[in-house]
Amino acid sequence: MSETKKFLYVNRRAPYGTIYAWESLEVVLIGAAFEQDVALAFVDDGVYQLTKGHDTAGIGMKNFSPTYAAMGDYDINKIYVEKESLEARGLTLDDLQHLVWEDEDEDWAEKDSIKVVSSAELAELMEQQDVVLSF
Amino acid sequence: MTMLHTVNKSPFEKDSMTSCLRLSADGSSILLIEDGVYAALEGTAMSDSVKAAMKNRKVYALQEDINARGVEGKVMDGIEQVDYAGFVKLVTEHDKVQSWV
Repeated sequence: MSETKKFLYVNRRAPYGTIYAWESLEVVLIGAAFEQDVALAFVDDGVYQLTKGHDTAGIGMKNFSPTYAAMGDYDINKIYVEKESLEARGLTLDDLQHLVWEDEDEDWAEKDSIKVVSSAELAELMEQQDVVLSF
Repeated sequence: MTMLHTVNKSPFEKDSMTSCLRLSADGSSILLIEDGVYAALEGTAMSDSVKAAMKNRKVYALQEDINARGVEGKVMDGIEQVDYAGFVKLVTEHDKVQSWV
């Protein structure tokens, strides 16, 4: 059981209104713990999961957004955000958390984890996966 | 008779808000809650329809849900933010409530 597969988690739901975003995050971290090749895609309302400044004190729910910043420590550094989904929501990369990872092959240089991609690029990425899980 | 409409779904995922805008009468009020607050934001594919509706309907959005989603800086001008107490007050001030679930 040492075979490594390419996993892509596709996140399409806004956080808090439903449980999908949180459930996805838990499954992603489990997948990474099994040393699989993990990538995430955020499309449609899923892009709202990555926005900055969540404060859930008023709605009595756990704010799980800081967990995204911990993904770099789990070697999750391929985070694709669909450009068209951002644009339809009036969002830019600046509205999202700045997620980074440290590259041990380059003296732990800090690098950006998020890559904004077009629909066509994302379609191509999906084709390259062994397993695609949708949330 | 004035009605308070509540919308709790994202306008990009479900058509609840679109239907609410089509089927709410002039003079009625619309309160955006939960994922419905994304309809209150500036610069989205939905903003123009909401702005058009605001000419003859009052639109409110629940502050706690806006803050939870980190989008308080993007709420459109003319949308009034209310807290939970304000939500209750709106319910008492209207004759009926219709929930666009």
